[in-house]
Amino acid sequence: MELTLAIAIGVLTGSGVWLVFRPRTYQLVIGLSLLSYAVNLFIFSMGRLRMGAAPVLGADGVANPADYADPVPQALVLTAIVIGFATTALLLVVLLVSRGLTGSDHVDGRESR
Amino acid sequence: MDWERHLLVVPILLPLAAGAALLLVEEVRHTLKATISMAATLALLVVAIVLLRMADGNGGDAQSMSYAVASWPAPFAIVLVLDRLSALMLVTTAILALAALAFSLTRWDRAGPHFHSLFQFLLMGLGGAFLTGDLFNLFVFFEVTLAASYGLLLHGSGSFRVRSGLHYIAINLAASLLFLIGVSLIYGVTGTLNMADLAVRIGQVSADDRMLLQAGAGILGVAFLVKAGMWPLGLWLPPAYMAAAAPVGAVFVILTKVGVYVLLRLSLLLFGGLSGDMAGFGNMALLWGGLATLAFATSGVLASQAMGRLAGYSVLISSGTLLAAVGMGNIAVVSGALFYLVSSTFAAAAFFMLIELVERAREPGADLLAVTMEAYGDEREETEEPEDEEIGVVMPGALAVLGVSFGCIALLLAGLPPLSGFVAKFAILKGMLDGNSLADGEIPVGAWIVMALVILSGLAALVAMMRTGIRTFWAPLETVVPRVLVIEMAPILTLIGLCFAMTFSGGTLIRYTDAASRALHEPAGYVQGVLGDNREKADR
Repeated sequence: MELTLAIAIGVLTGSGVWLVFRPRTYQLVIGLSLLSYAVNLFIFSMGRLRMGAAPVLGADGVANPADYADPVPQALVLTAIVIGFATTALLLVVLLVSRGLTGSDHVDGRESR
Repeated sequence: MDWERHLLVVPILLPLAAGAALLLVEEVRHTLKATISMAATLALLVVAIVLLRMADGNGGDAQSMSYAVASWPAPFAIVLVLDRLSALMLVTTAILALAALAFSLTRWDRAGPHFHSLFQFLLMGLGGAFLTGDLFNLFVFFEVTLAASYGLLLHGSGSFRVRSGLHYIAINLAASLLFLIGVSLIYGVTGTLNMADLAVRIGQVSADDRMLLQAGAGILGVAFLVKAGMWPLGLWLPPAYMAAAAPVGAVFVILTKVGVYVLLRLSLLLFGGLSGDMAGFGNMALLWGGLATLAFATSGVLASQAMGRLAGYSVLISSGTLLAAVGMGNIAVVSGALFYLVSSTFAAAAFFMLIELVERAREPGADLLAVTMEAYGDEREETEEPEDEEIGVVMPGALAVLGVSFGCIALLLAGLPPLSGFVAKFAILKGMLDGNSLADGEIPVGAWIVMALVILSGLAALVAMMRTGIRTFWAPLETVVPRVLVIEMAPILTLIGLCFAMTFSGGTLIRYTDAASRALHEPAGYVQGVLGDNREKADR
């Protein structure tokens, strides 16, 4: 499972970085989104990978904490997803405005010669 | 007293409440909006000053004050921490915000929707970033600040603003991702995000995990260096700051200082006295990065034609000086750097506002502004607009006042006597020459280079400012005297006046920054304030 996750994060990051360096605004948005998926998976993996372990303690009170997954990274991922979502939406709006004002979808607002 | 503790949360809650309330007020009711916004910012300044006195209250005691939100005991929940450094940053922010807001009241706040709400949310994010004692909350408050700054940068619209806004947003989104990677790596190794707890645990990290921890800290640092504008991560800064509306540019000056603040805080807390043989990690990178920034910004200042670009590069100069000073990492230098931080923030902010007034007479952008105002305002406002301009008190002798202010700002940026820029640079340089680092009696090579570059950058700033000043105020035979209202000039004069005051009462301020710097170099006091405090509380 570690290998699968590592490859997934690597592929997402690689494609994301490549897309961020492309000149079109659409590629920029997709690139940043891919990067943020990679980062979210990465944060999640920092809580160590566990199969079938719940992050929330049951109602029966104190149990052995070692039986549970670390809940903190999962909470962090939630926050990061929400914030990433909002800022990406904002970026999309700015991209549309830029497209409208400059008539070009190049990140500099004009084609490079 | 117990209620005083709750004041710690006010710099976050007050702007949040004000900003939210402002959303409910209709866009056409300018006076009401402006009144709420001004009142909230004024209250913020008062609270910040009270907090400053509280932080300074216990004399030589280096302990910080902490406030456990929702009263959970310390390492497990959100804490806010107040010490001299954060209090100083809060006061600086509040003064700057008040000046920028007053400046915006004549017309900028009407150039687009929700100016006041965005402004208050920006203040909320800044207050949170300065007070938080937790890495992840730092991320959240950073994002709040940035989200508000995206809106403010685009305020007033126009294709230049949108284009540089696009770059600004893209770069900051990428930097935020680095921030997250750094935070999660640090969590993965140490299992905590509380800064005080982290400072304790970092010394106990096993040798195998050290590399991961340092990688995390390095990536985290890069995220802040992007904000602080270190070369080569700061190339986005001059165009973005130049494109911003004048009051927005003025308040953005503090955003670069947030990056510097966090670097100062984290490098001294995490890699200070408690971290064992990892102490001083990253200092060399900060020092040389700061020097590269200084060199780059110095040539940028000399090459700038437009005043806005000149102001953008002078922000970079101050960032570079601060980063190099943080990298030197000795108590006296950091104390001088804090003084310099306040002084250069005020000077650069005043410069951003002054530029708009000077360029008003010949600015083609003025027409553009009128167009966007038409697009956003309604008819009632349009008919009101010319009347407003007539009612406002016009500044007498506008050109003379502008010229003198420009001269003062040039002195401040160049660091010449008699203004506070000189005191600040002198304090930094003096710290380098007879600090504790000179135990072996020899001044390190780095210090000589820092000194040379700091002085050279001052010279370059002076040359560039003189050139611009002569071209603007002396050369033209038929000058169009810009119409300047008193309320627009007042914030600039206030900021310059504060720099004068900082010169006269320099001793008091230096004593304060000395104490702040000493506290920063003793992370045990900070840790004690956060962890010790709450353990007692939990026992009760």
